[in-house]
Amino acid sequence: MVKVVWRLSQRYRFGQVLDEAMRRVYRTPHPLYTSLVMADGLAAPARSPARSGPGWIVGVLQYVGETVSLAASAIGHLFRGGLNVGLAVNQMAAIGVDSIPIVAATAASTGAVFAFYTAGVFLHFGAGPFAGGILTVTFFLELGPVLAGISVAARSGAAIAAEIGSMVVTEQVDALRALGVAPARYLVLPRMVACVLMMPIAGLVGDFAGTAAGMLMASVNGITPSSFLESARTHVSEIDLIKGLIKTLWFGLMISVVACHQGLKTTGGATGVGRSTTRSVVLCVVLIFISDFFLAQMLKGASIVVK
Amino acid sequence: MLALEAMDYTAGGRRILSDIWLQVDEGEILAVIGMSGCGKTSLLKCIAGLVRPSAGSVRLEGRDIVPLGEADLNAVRRRIGLVFQYAALFDSLNVYENVAFGPKQHTRLRRADLDQLVSRRLGEVGMSGSERLMPSELSGGMRKRVGLARAMATEPAVLLYDEPTSGLDPVIARTIDHLIVETRNRTRTTSVVVSHDVRSVFRTADRIAFMHEGRIEAVGSPEDIRASSSKVVQEFLEADSGP
Repeated sequence: MVKVVWRLSQRYRFGQVLDEAMRRVYRTPHPLYTSLVMADGLAAPARSPARSGPGWIVGVLQYVGETVSLAASAIGHLFRGGLNVGLAVNQMAAIGVDSIPIVAATAASTGAVFAFYTAGVFLHFGAGPFAGGILTVTFFLELGPVLAGISVAARSGAAIAAEIGSMVVTEQVDALRALGVAPARYLVLPRMVACVLMMPIAGLVGDFAGTAAGMLMASVNGITPSSFLESARTHVSEIDLIKGLIKTLWFGLMISVVACHQGLKTTGGATGVGRSTTRSVVLCVVLIFISDFFLAQMLKGASIVVK
Repeated sequence: MLALEAMDYTAGGRRILSDIWLQVDEGEILAVIGMSGCGKTSLLKCIAGLVRPSAGSVRLEGRDIVPLGEADLNAVRRRIGLVFQYAALFDSLNVYENVAFGPKQHTRLRRADLDQLVSRRLGEVGMSGSERLMPSELSGGMRKRVGLARAMATEPAVLLYDEPTSGLDPVIARTIDHLIVETRNRTRTTSVVVSHDVRSVFRTADRIAFMHEGRIEAVGSPEDIRASSSKVVQEFLEADSGP
């Protein structure tokens, strides 16, 4: 499917068609520079069409165009065998070391607090047998993926934006291009592959850390671990776990593209690097919540099994 | 070898370069001088294909590179070596990896051949034995020399130098000048040197182009430039000679 879409986009040059359309709308000397241009790794123009155009809608469309072009360019290099496996493995190790302990800590804390507040209520209403199932399905479908996404965006996404941003302001990205190496291949693709592959692992860590901490806290408040596990086994299916992992794949792709894009757009020295890093984290977190809503609709929400 | 014809470059609604006509012959060293902000570095970036001119053409070995897509441009860029003002060494890679970067990306050299190539290039710039050092451990002059070794590693037909002597003491600046001329003599590489260091330029260049407000004000041999009737050229040269 992805191959078919990629071939069609290459054949009909969707990016260039979009560029030409935007050029005609804005009549700027350089057509929507940043959409295709960022995929090429060229510097963003000093004055973007968004500032001269009619408001934030144009800004949003331009941003979407730029990030989609960057992702498409990196994926194109992937299909042409341009992945540097060593770099991708290094990035995966960095994400694993940097982010997964944070995912485990935040998910465990949230699971424990969730159980602390709800265990008594479940018991009061005689719903103790459902506590394990509800907490587990909540983590598998929602809290595990979202907390993992936020943690990876805050730690690894910020690191990606800062690293690429520093490379831009010290002309290292220009040096890459001057040596005939596309930044989308050398910088973006390994980070994209690493984020997409590591996010499900981070999500699984979040799922199990949150559930385990919730079980421990529930046991302190009167719901035994065996009852908790039995409830989880009865009411949660493997599909719930898979749905959550699908979310993490999307979050991984989004975090890597947004962070790389912000890094490549950096201007203005050390201040610019700080600005790009902050923007990357804010955008990733907001986009995680927004896309989580739509993914939940697409994946038909919770499917707690009632036996 | 290299020809710019009626080239304009506009960025952010501002015209940076206007109607640039320049020709550089094979093996020639052309220096581009002018005041800060006159468009020298933009000119270099247009030649290297890092930014796209808004009009005109940049011909490298007879082929116009302006209309090329990014994949074709990447192939062209391998024929061009760019030495950056602050060297722009990859700070996560050591000196060996920096110099080997281009050949590793574009060729399938065996490790032994790559070692030999890197060793030869570092030797040519007087940096033998520095392979394991990180860029943060190098002085400004050493960084520029490693930058030159990296640019030369892909055996380019054209070498572009962006302010090669800025920020260096006079002794190191003279060493870099010597290196530029020696590199040209050894490899017959066509060179474009962007600089505002007049003394350095008069030591190294075969021809000099003087830029003012995005235009070429005067072009000629060093003697022609010294004898130029242009007021801005004379002001620039007099300011450098000082009291």
